[in-house]
Amino acid sequence: MKHLLSTADLTRDDAILILDTANQLAQATGQGVGKLPPLRGRTVVNLFYEDSTRTRISFEAAAKRLSADVINFAAKGSSVSKGESLKDTALTLEAMGADAIVLRHGSSGAANTLANSGWISGSVVNAGDGTHEHPTQALLDAYTLRRHLRAGAGDLAGATITIVGDILHSRVARSNVHLLKTLGANVRLVAPPTLLPFGIDTWGAEVSYDLDDALVGADAVMMLRIQQERMNAAYFPTIHEYSQRYGLNQARVNLMNQGAIVMHPGPMNRGVEITSEVADSPQSVIVEQVTNGVSVRMAVLYLMLGGNEATV
Amino acid sequence: MTHTQGRVVLDSADMSRALTRLAHEIIERTQGAQNVTLMGIPTRGVALANRLAQRISEIQGSPVQVGAIDVTMYRDDLRMQPARALLPTVIPEDGIEGRLVILVDDVLYSGRTIRAALDALSEHGRPQAVQLAVLVDRGHRELPIRADYVGKNLPTAKTESVQVQLREHDEIDQIVIRQAS
Repeated sequence: MKHLLSTADLTRDDAILILDTANQLAQATGQGVGKLPPLRGRTVVNLFYEDSTRTRISFEAAAKRLSADVINFAAKGSSVSKGESLKDTALTLEAMGADAIVLRHGSSGAANTLANSGWISGSVVNAGDGTHEHPTQALLDAYTLRRHLRAGAGDLAGATITIVGDILHSRVARSNVHLLKTLGANVRLVAPPTLLPFGIDTWGAEVSYDLDDALVGADAVMMLRIQQERMNAAYFPTIHEYSQRYGLNQARVNLMNQGAIVMHPGPMNRGVEITSEVADSPQSVIVEQVTNGVSVRMAVLYLMLGGNEATV
Repeated sequence: MTHTQGRVVLDSADMSRALTRLAHEIIERTQGAQNVTLMGIPTRGVALANRLAQRISEIQGSPVQVGAIDVTMYRDDLRMQPARALLPTVIPEDGIEGRLVILVDDVLYSGRTIRAALDALSEHGRPQAVQLAVLVDRGHRELPIRADYVGKNLPTAKTESVQVQLREHDEIDQIVIRQAS
């Protein structure tokens, strides 16, 4: 596969190769090797049409640790704000010799359009397209889950993962459901009915409106942010009521299996979907997710650009 | 013995003797192997390094540091094929700074793997010296690299392939030469 657009495109073997590669790269970093050589002479462009701190910095750190040259392109303050189309921006980047474009865009399907347009010859990594997918987030979540639940090897067969919150607008949830199922995990989705997308019954996950029920027997819970910026309707009465019914507190954490972990893709709204007590508790792996994100993105870039053609 | 089956040039007993001799040579040349760290090159170099470490420590009565160094990302042919899976690098507790590092691999051929290993090694510190031990030297060097310890010199044609099989990976200890198809 030349591009990484959706976790639905990954086979179990592809996913495990990415996670294993991330493991080795994390180890090299842990051994104090600051910079690895495989992407010397390659150019990675971070093309971000939406605000993002951690994803952009994470991709930048990953590319630089592999010795790639990195060009950051934020739409704000660029020719895009003068009305340049994605096509013309892409043609410009192609003319500058980009080997890979990491694209964050507000429209679902933007990465797919860029990859299949013929505008560019390089690889496209989807770093979040609208409410569609965010595959590297799902991969770093799977990496984190595998580290804690499966000692860092194999798949996630038999693990139960509960994903809670704004499933409707969440590209993280979509990417996670595909990948977790590919890796053999059971997935439970919890949200108020208004925050579940149409056709959710075809996702192959259990759907529940009751958080407490869905936490019993779970090995991990993933809390999603309430995405105010994508909410143009009233999906629930008040933030307070949402947090009462769907917010994670310590009592709810205690309903999960022994050794269960708490995850959040960030940025968090403390006091809305998660209490500060839980976010800072020993079960929380939220900060570790950020660290793992760099290793997983290094693995994706290495497997795409390290050889003469992409490996996954 | 057809070409597809290959020709066994070293059997299990031969290999065992060769490894024992290598262990003795290492001890002799390094005055007791006190400062030695063996670094195997995955995959089969790691198994060989472990076997050598075991033999040396049995003879000397003290343990030998042993690790693994993956060279994949340092290869000069990385861009000539799809990106390869990475293998574990294991740096022993004491590191390699100031140690006498002996790289261990199964077959020495072009020398390109060893060049990559020297680059990979330098990321982890500055050894006092680096030496090379191989089970088989089959010739055809493409770089100015030679082995310090050789289990078996095996003159081969470039059209042949040399395959070292080890119990740890292949259920049998032997070295087979095949005519490359």
